[in-house]
Amino acid sequence: MAGMQPRSSEITDERTFMRRRGFIKAAGAIAAGAVASRALAADSAVATNTSAERRILVHEGEVLHSQATPPWLVPKLREAVPGNFSTNESATPYEYVSQYNNFYEFGTDKGDPVENARDFNSEPWTLEVTGEADRTGKFNLEDILKPHALEERIYRLRCVEAWSMVVPWIGFPLADLIRRFEPNSNAKFVRFETLFDPQQMPGQRSRFTAIDYPYVEGLRIDEAVNELAFVAIGLYGRSLPPQNGAPLRLVVPWKYGFKSIKSIARISFLRERPKTTWELSNSREYGFYANVNPEVDHPRWSQGSERRLPGSLFSRSRTETLMFNGYAPQVAHLYTGMNLKRNF
Amino acid sequence: MGWLKPLTLVLGCLPISYCIWQVSRLYSGDAGILGADPAKAIVEFNGQWTLYFLLLTLSITPLRTIFGIPALVGIRRMLGLFTFFYASVHLLCYALLLLELRFGEILADLEKRPYISIGFAAYLLLIPLAVTSSNAMVRLLRKRWKRLHRLIYVISLLALVHLAWLTRSDYTEVVIYTLIVALLLLFRTLNRSWFERKLLMPFRRENPS
Ligand code: HEM
Repeated sequence: MAGMQPRSSEITDERTFMRRRGFIKAAGAIAAGAVASRALAADSAVATNTSAERRILVHEGEVLHSQATPPWLVPKLREAVPGNFSTNESATPYEYVSQYNNFYEFGTDKGDPVENARDFNSEPWTLEVTGEADRTGKFNLEDILKPHALEERIYRLRCVEAWSMVVPWIGFPLADLIRRFEPNSNAKFVRFETLFDPQQMPGQRSRFTAIDYPYVEGLRIDEAVNELAFVAIGLYGRSLPPQNGAPLRLVVPWKYGFKSIKSIARISFLRERPKTTWELSNSREYGFYANVNPEVDHPRWSQGSERRLPGSLFSRSRTETLMFNGYAPQVAHLYTGMNLKRNF
Repeated sequence: MGWLKPLTLVLGCLPISYCIWQVSRLYSGDAGILGADPAKAIVEFNGQWTLYFLLLTLSITPLRTIFGIPALVGIRRMLGLFTFFYASVHLLCYALLLLELRFGEILADLEKRPYISIGFAAYLLLIPLAVTSSNAMVRLLRKRWKRLHRLIYVISLLALVHLAWLTRSDYTEVVIYTLIVALLLLFRTLNRSWFERKLLMPFRRENPS
């Protein structure tokens, strides 16, 4: 495959395998996670990792992009441990996670991003932090990631188009990242912005697009520091493929996929609620909250059920959609007293 | 041009044959052949070919005028029937593969999703055209047949709206297809004699005078 440079270690085994983690590391992560987490007793879909036997999922086969993992990231990825809140549903294979993407900056067909992002270069990466925080400025990604230990979270991903996947992300809690910028008491919202680089992102050059780039997403600050909100810098035990949002992206599993913004270049702490890209493009169809909710219909897709991918033509893949994508025990309290039909 | 019809028949069957081949490969274990979402891929593929055959059907009249090939009219009916065929497959695959025959959700879609309502309207209008496509029907309906088959213009517009409403962000394709349909329809309203005399004579194969 053109542009593909497998490391020698990848050639030995073409399959995805489970990487075993030492007892001490895993136990340490569980202890750290337990401090932050609420009781999970009622939710059968979420498996707590009390077993020292758990391993992280690692893809060892080929990749479809030219970007090598930056050397500074390699040891961090190697030390990633199983984290909390992982589902025990079977994960969507790497081949599908990395070749079926909504990333309109690289084209609107699901197969476009893997083609058009093949040579995307995200090294070095600068993250700009602005707004209501004490530590603002431009930061090098390597410096930002230094203090964060990485963990794996196997989350359900529910797209507003009524399909879903299960993805083993590698990353760390968004709350930990936010804390480092020391937002002040005026910071009520967090705004995220994708890289704007028409040279590298052909979708940003389209003449007839209804989207005003750069792509913008946002969260309420209490949503952003919720224990489930996650910054992913990898999946399947290795760095993020560009089509999945390299080098860092958001993962908010209780919201529709478009909230989980990719290739983040700027984070701003704001007093007022930011307008998000899809909201600006079509406010009748897309709201700020975009919580997964089977009872609130979308004008294009019924949200009562979803198709778990990869689909098979020869057996059913449709299942009922769960409130907050099955993460109600962790996030429902964020929305008590809110009319979720109006705040869709 | 006796070969025109058989050739059209063979070419028209190619897309669906390809689709069936892909499904059989998937069935025999080639998991990647239709991507992560085979159902959606098949629906989109057949939707695309419905549109292509619709555009081909519409282009017969302009083409035969421009190039002076009256025989082309002989394949117009077949192209129209292929349009209906691919639309049927498109609709069937939507109901069977995407919605997995959850009739409650299909009815809700037809009612609440404008792009599906309009696509369905287009499909309903194709039915009388397919039913009255035989020579016997042409004879039976005479003048009314021509009027009835002008529905194809309405269907084209509905198809464009279907496409526009299912588009989420990038309207490039919609713009291109709208221009093509506009051109094909405009041709029919232009002053043909001027068009033919000034522009098309040089291209003519059979000069009528
Ligand atoms: C004359 C009739 C029709 C034409 C010409 C047509 C054409 C198309 C085209 C060109 C596409 C886009 C394919 C792509 O994205 O590559 C499409 C998608 C689609 N059509 Fe149709 N269609 C017709 C009727 C219908 C009907 C009757 C239904 C269902 C009741 C339907 C449901 C859909 C769906 C669900 C999609 C996929 C939408 C998505 O991408 O989310 N269509 N159609």
